[in-house]
Amino acid sequence: MQFVQFRGMNPVMEGNPPRILVVIPAYQEERSIGELVRSLRGRYPHDVLVVNDGSTDRTSENAREAGAIVLDLPCNLGIGGAVQTAFLFARDHRHDAVVRIDGDGQHEVEDIPKVLEPILAGRADAVIGSRFLGETGYRGSIPRIFGIGFFRLLVNLTTGYRVTDPTSGFFAVNRSLIEFYSHHYPSDYPEVDAYILMHRLGARAEEVPVRMYSRAEGKSSITTFRAVYYMVKVTLSFLINRIRRFG
Amino acid sequence: MNRVTLFSICASAGLLLYILEMVRRRKLREEYSILWLFGSTVILVLSVKQDWLDGIAHAAGIVYPPSFLFLVGILFILLILIHFSIAISKLHQMNKKMAQEMALMKRSVEEEGGGVTQSPSKR
Repeated sequence: MQFVQFRGMNPVMEGNPPRILVVIPAYQEERSIGELVRSLRGRYPHDVLVVNDGSTDRTSENAREAGAIVLDLPCNLGIGGAVQTAFLFARDHRHDAVVRIDGDGQHEVEDIPKVLEPILAGRADAVIGSRFLGETGYRGSIPRIFGIGFFRLLVNLTTGYRVTDPTSGFFAVNRSLIEFYSHHYPSDYPEVDAYILMHRLGARAEEVPVRMYSRAEGKSSITTFRAVYYMVKVTLSFLINRIRRFG
Repeated sequence: MNRVTLFSICASAGLLLYILEMVRRRKLREEYSILWLFGSTVILVLSVKQDWLDGIAHAAGIVYPPSFLFLVGILFILLILIHFSIAISKLHQMNKKMAQEMALMKRSVEEEGGGVTQSPSKR
């Protein structure tokens, strides 16, 4: 798989306004998805795509009624498979940039221009929103902070990217990465793995400060056992991605 | 002929016949049957040809020859399980691609105003 890095402005962008796709992977988010889509549509001219990852509630209907483009996966693929579907869509519909945000209201919609700006200016291939840069007022539980610290160390030691928030799911990527990710995108907790892929591609990644909120509804699905499992699995796939071939 | 050997001959011969029958009835694909057929043939041959088994076991420094038979059996089972893990991973990858492709196609059909229902099917 070829990674063609567009230096400076993206060739497809020149002359025309950039085509931007805001992507929301959603599983059982019927309560928050409608409001989120409406606030995105009200604020920005971007296309809004909801990837419904096999929800059995009204996620799909609510997203459609709010005016989103909806892709319904016939079964639950997990976050990586859902986000990759969005990259396939963006690749086929010639979007110049993809912004990915969470469907549960954790990410601040007003911060979208901040993650897009370096991409539209051609300075970065990927921009990741960090809850730990600057005064963002994020408070998390101790195990969560520990896990984030562990992945931060892992990414910083092996890739050289200066990363503060390696598990952030609030990011934007340009056309080059859209094309690469439509072929290769990690499965669970893809954000940490993505750093190794970007490192191997020589992609330019940077962080910008964004606001994130603790989950408004429900509890985080991560139990202690699963947290340990994820740490081991992500570390393994992270290390394997360092030596993997991409055919 | 001790009882372990007799049992081993019957079991491996039975397994061999069962696999062949499954392939014949197309309940088992040829590609998945090769390892099974190979494994049961090796165990059958070693069960019948006692002196071969004794020779190999002796060369490998194993005092009780039938335990070499168990070793061979366990190695084949391991091999087959790895083979399955690889096959499952491949199916997983194909299944993911298929689901993604279906979601994209369903969307493009809807866009053209095809007669597809607006809501996803409930499981």
